[in-house]
Order: sequence, then structure tokens, then C-alpha cells
Amino acid sequence: MAQGQYYVPHTAKWPIVGSIGLFIMMLGAASWLNGAAFGPWLTLAGSVIVLVMIFGWFADVIRESQQGLYNQAVDISFRQGMIWFIFSEVMFFAAFFGALFYARVLSVPWVGGEGTGAMTNELLYPQFDATWPTAGPANLGGGFETIPAFGLPLLNTLILLTSGLTITLAHWALKKAQRGALIGWMIATVVLGIVFLYLQATEYVHAYQDLGLTLGSGIYGSTFFMLTGFHGLHVTLGTIMLIVITLRCMAGHFSKKQHFGWEAVAWYWHFVDVVWLGLFVFVYVL
Amino acid sequence: MSHATTMSHDDHHDDHPTGLKRWLFTTNHKEIGTLYLIFSLAAFMIGGAMAMVIRAELFVPGLQLVNPEFFNQMTTMHALVMIFGAVMPAFVGLANWMVPLMIGAPDMALPRMNNWSFWILPFAFFLLLMTLFLPSGGPASGWTLYPPLSLQGGTNIAFVIFAIHLMGISSIMGAINIIVTILNMRAPGMTLLRMPLFVWTWLITGFLLIAVMPVLAGAVTMLLTDRFFGTSFFNAAGGGDPVMYQHIFWFFGHPEVYIMILPAFGVISEILPTFSRKPLFGYTSMVYATASIAFLSFIVWAHHMFTVGMPLGANLFFMYATMVIAVPTGVKVFNWVSTMWRGSMTFETPMLFALGFIVLFTIGGFSGLMLAIVPADFQYHDTYFVVAHFHYVLVTGSVFAIMAGVYYWLPKWTGHMYNERLGKIHFWWSTISVNVLFFPQHYLGLAGMPRRIPDYAVQFAEFNMISSIGGFAFGLAQLLFIYIIWQAARGGERATDQVWDGARGLEWTVPSPAPLHTFDTPPKVDDSVTAHADRLV
Ligand SMILES: [Cu+2]
Repeated sequence: MAQGQYYVPHTAKWPIVGSIGLFIMMLGAASWLNGAAFGPWLTLAGSVIVLVMIFGWFADVIRESQQGLYNQAVDISFRQGMIWFIFSEVMFFAAFFGALFYARVLSVPWVGGEGTGAMTNELLYPQFDATWPTAGPANLGGGFETIPAFGLPLLNTLILLTSGLTITLAHWALKKAQRGALIGWMIATVVLGIVFLYLQATEYVHAYQDLGLTLGSGIYGSTFFMLTGFHGLHVTLGTIMLIVITLRCMAGHFSKKQHFGWEAVAWYWHFVDVVWLGLFVFVYVL
Repeated sequence: MSHATTMSHDDHHDDHPTGLKRWLFTTNHKEIGTLYLIFSLAAFMIGGAMAMVIRAELFVPGLQLVNPEFFNQMTTMHALVMIFGAVMPAFVGLANWMVPLMIGAPDMALPRMNNWSFWILPFAFFLLLMTLFLPSGGPASGWTLYPPLSLQGGTNIAFVIFAIHLMGISSIMGAINIIVTILNMRAPGMTLLRMPLFVWTWLITGFLLIAVMPVLAGAVTMLLTDRFFGTSFFNAAGGGDPVMYQHIFWFFGHPEVYIMILPAFGVISEILPTFSRKPLFGYTSMVYATASIAFLSFIVWAHHMFTVGMPLGANLFFMYATMVIAVPTGVKVFNWVSTMWRGSMTFETPMLFALGFIVLFTIGGFSGLMLAIVPADFQYHDTYFVVAHFHYVLVTGSVFAIMAGVYYWLPKWTGHMYNERLGKIHFWWSTISVNVLFFPQHYLGLAGMPRRIPDYAVQFAEFNMISSIGGFAFGLAQLLFIYIIWQAARGGERATDQVWDGARGLEWTVPSPAPLHTFDTPPKVDDSVTAHADRLV
């Protein structure tokens, strides 16, 4: 634990910019939801400030890293910080998976008359047939069909699993200092990420236009779109991170010994991958 | 200011900004700790003012001062401000100041992010408090934001939800920073089982924060989409369930109460040995007890929901699991009492608050045990008994521990002793008034007075008036607290490095006031500097 040289920056100018940006963004979004005409513009302005902040902050960190200011202890702090951040993301998804399990296993059968729900069913929803998928007793959003697991979703599973393979091949290349192979495998991973997102988008269009499945399709539509939607958002973020890190590979930022920035992105990508496996099993297959 | 312990430091000192910029751009754990503590004190006053409105309205039966809608906004906002603005930031502030000093680290592990964790908070609270001035007023559904009520309140809900998201981001980053600091920045020789208990309790609290704040974010996000984007998470007509919100919320909510009390346990475990002039009794069992409480906190959440109509088996499971928590908590109280046993005790203000904590927190713990009993809870649920219970654990528990910590470390922060006479007056005034405030509420609850109600039947009049008088007195006492802090910050008797003659631990080896940079070269740690040195003998 050598920390004699632990790098502590003099000052940090970006955090306050980030706070102001987040505040404007949130203020704008909340106003927008309540129908204020300035809402979208405020949201946009806040988002731009946040993006500038992220760019500037990372630029500072990358510069300091390139100047060799970070010793091994700083590296370990970054690693542990990233692991805990991913853990917090796992818990965010856990809330939505929890909602899915609770609805499927407990509350929908209860409304159907199982367990303690006999009177609810009899008095409120005697007609309700508690089968999954459901849009609830009132069939909110109208009838819908679901997306079969062994079509696009299976293909997307294979794509993400393959991308996990390509990023591992990239890691091997990085550890052997073969920059050409590294960049090649990175680009392959990025392409797979983009293809996944494209297929996911076509699936959404298909659901909305042909299947009648929307965000408003009762509890099924809610859990389906919120889970896959937040996952898609994370894939988008992960793909952007992959692109940035690929550019950094091209700029020669990483050595075979020191490449935490690269690994952080790889960890994040694996996390997104694992969440998808959960989605595939619990949202599509079962 | 002497820089005796700081070694030849680099360029940092020369260009440290001054004025507002110093505070906006700082990456220093002590300055950020100070910001957190001042913010917390301000939130404590704002939340306290709301409590005064509540107690004034309840002084006599009938509607006097405010309309019921505004009353409900006050109860909701009071809770949100006190939990997320006063108590949690106070403990993060204490951690910022003390954890690096206690483990011999030069600063927090991620100093830039440390700045951001703090500077999100004022903006989040602006977003929250501004809802009071919206046409719809602030949120009025209670701080738990149960649907469907919380979704029927007009424009404020989106602002409140986004404010909670911001607070969550701040808490998660703060927790990550503290955990990484503890795991990665300890001085050589500061093994895990040599760490002061305050550090241990914060390590576990940090884990709880990272585990449950995202779950709260998920819960309020579902509220948002139910309200604005047509989802049916909490709408039975669409196959959802309002009770599902309560499950997700309390999966966050119960660990949250330990987030607010575990660091308090840590503070008390630092103070008692100092003023008993004895090492902490049962150090290792304290660590395991803390970890057990944290583990159990994940499997007891539905004790907040005994009356919503869960299956009997679920009620029983959550009842027994909840009661099991009394075991590790009992271990702690036993250890605290044993620490004082045959000690050479003195009763300076921090010690008085610590003793007040042990007695009064234990009362809150016992009423919690009563609430954990399912058939009894059917009677107590949503009455003033619950209000009395959680104010005993939160005010005479968490807040007393924070005050104890402030008096204990204030000389280290400011370099001056606070006015001991005024400190003692503050303690006795607070302790007497807080009991006048909250003890009658037990009786009100047992007699059936519901919580979150601006008016009540005349049979509750006397106890409400007594409670309100206690409330005003307790509120007034806190102005004295601010004065004492201000006085110590301005001047007074010089504090020595060790401050308290029974104090042990690294934080007492640096000068008072602690210079901006400490432990640039890590200290050597062995059993002689840790507070529980006798443990290994
Ligand atoms: Cu609880």
C-alpha cells in the first residue's frame, strides 16, 4: 500500500459544473413532464452541460494518467470504485427484476383469486384469468402478442455473447501488446454492440406496430419495456464507452501493464452482458 | 497552524484558492467534511422549522394555523429533509473528516468525486424545497410516497422524484468513496481488526448504501413512469399492485434506518472508551454484531407492512426475523455498558450525549420490539406510537450521536475547546425537552391517535399540548447548539493535540486544529495507537 505519492488533485472544477448541469437537466425534465414549453430546452441545455462536464473530467483524468501521476494505489482505488459502481447498477436492475418476480409469482395470481386474494378476485375482478402474460383485469392497452424468445432475442443473445468473446480476445491482444489485433477486436465488439441495438430497435418497432405491445400494456408491457429499455440504455452507454476506449487504443494510451480505463469498460460490458442473460431467461423464455 | 506532522508537501499549498472558489473546487476531505456538516446543520434547522409548524398546529385540537393540505406537506417534507438532508449528510461529513485521520490516509481515495458527492446535495434540496412554492404545493403523501396517493398530488411529484434521484447519486458516490478509502488507503499496520469502530461501522454502512439507494431509485422511477408514461407497476387494473411499491420501497427503507444508526453506533463506541479511560469492551463482537445487523436488515423490510394483508406466513417470518435483530443490538448495548464498568469515568458533554444515547436509543429499540410483534402492530400501526418509536431511535439515537461526535471532535476541527458549561446546558436542556416531546406520544399512540393528522379528538389534547411544549423547548435548545459551535469556531481555550486525556487513536496524534494535509507520509500503526489496545493482551 505505497501511498506516499498518492495523487490528490489541487482543485476540481468539473464537479460543480456537473451539479449545475444535472440540476438544469432535472429541473427541465420535471417541467417538461408537467407540460412547460421551456422544459425540453432546459433539459437539452442541462444535458449539454453534463456532457461537457463528462468530457472535460475524463480528459483531465486521462491527461493525469498519461503524465504518470497515478501510482498503483490510485489504480486500485479506481478499480474498487468501478466495481462498487457496477454493484450499484446491479441493484438498480434488481429493483425491476424484483417487480417482475413479484407480479408474476405473487400479485397477479392473487388478483386471480389464489392465496389471500379470493375476495379481491370475487368482488372486483371475477372475470380475470390470471395467466402470464397479462395486461391486468382491465386489459389496459388492449390485446397484445409477445415477442417469441427464439427469434430475434436469441440472435441478440448470441450477439452479446460473441461480443463478450471478442472483447476477451482484445484483452489478450492488449496483454501481448499487439495493437493491430487489439483494435481489430475492439472494432468487432463495437460493431456487435451497434447491431444488437439496431435489432433491439426493430424489435420495439415491431412490438408497437404489429403486436400491440406497448409500455402501456399493463404489467407485462411495463416490466418488458422498462427492463429491456434500461438494458438498452446501458448497452448504448457501453457502446459509447467502447468507442472512446477504442480511440484511446489507437492513440496508444494503454500499456500491457497499465490499462485500467480499458478494463473498466470491459467490466461494464460484461455486466451488461450478464444482465441480458437474466433478461433473456426471465423476460423472454419463461 | 502548525504543520508538524506533514512532511515536505508538494505544490498543493501554494495555489489553494480562497473565498467561494475554495469551497466550490475543494478536493480536501476536511473541507468537504466541513461542507457536509454545515449543510446538515442548515437542513436540521429547516426540517426543524417544519416540525415546529407541525407541533404548533397540534398544540390544541381543531385547525388553527395551517390548512390540512399544507400540514401534510410539512410532515412529508420534514421527514425527507431530516433523513436525506440532516442525518445522512452529517454522518458522511463525520466520515469525511475522521475516516482518513483514523486510518492514517492522506485524503479520501477519490477526491474529485468527493467534491461532486457533496455539491449535488444543495441542488437536490433546492429542487425538493422549491416544490413548496409550486401551485400544487409540495408532496403531501408522507415521505414514503406510497401510490396511488403520491401520484394524485399534482405537479410536485416529478420534481420530488428527480430530487431523490440526485440525492441517491450523491449518497452512492459518497459511499463508494468511503468504502474505497477504508479498503485501500489504510496506513501500514492498520489491519482491518485494528480499525476504530467508527471506521468499521462506516464500511458496513457504505455497503448498505450502495446496495439499497439504487433500489429506491428504481422504486421512484416506477412511480414516475406510472404517473407520466402509462406503466402499471402499481395499478391493479393493469395487473400491477400498489403493495409492490411498499415492498420495493421498504427493501430500501429498512436498511436505510441502519444507514442512519450504524455510524451512530460507531461514534458512541469511540466516545465511551475515551471518557471511561478503558478500551472498548468486546471489540471483535462489536464488529460481528454490526455485520449481523446489516445482514438482517435485508430480510425484515415487510415489518412496515403487517397490516397490508400479506399472507400469515410472511407476517410471521418478518416478525421473527425482526426480533432476531435484538440479539446483535443487545450485544452492543451490553458491550457499551461493560466498557464503562469500573472505568474512571468523567462526564464531559460528548460523554453525556453518549450516555443519553444509550439510555434513550434503548427505549426506542424496545418500542421497536413491541412494533415487531404482529398482533400488537395491528393495534399500533400508523399511530403516534410509531412516531414516538422512530423519533427515539432517530433523534435521541442518531441525532444525539451526531451531537456527541460534534462535541468530541470539535476541538480537533477548530483547535479550540467549546464552552463546556454551555455544552452541558445544551445536553440537559435537549434531553429533558426531547423526552417531554416524544414520551407522551407513546401514550397518544396506544390510545389510538393516528399519525399524519392535523386535527384530533379532544381526549388527546393534554398529551399533545405537553408534546408541543417539549417540541418548542427542544427546537430552542438547538439554537444554543449553533451558538456553541460558532463560539468554538471563533476562538476559546486552545485544544491540545490529544484533546481528551483518555483519547486513543491516530486522529489524536495530529495537531489541533488538524492541518489541511495530514499523513502525507503514512504513519506506522501498531497496537499502541489503537483505542482497543488491550484487546490482544
Ligand atoms: Cu424497518
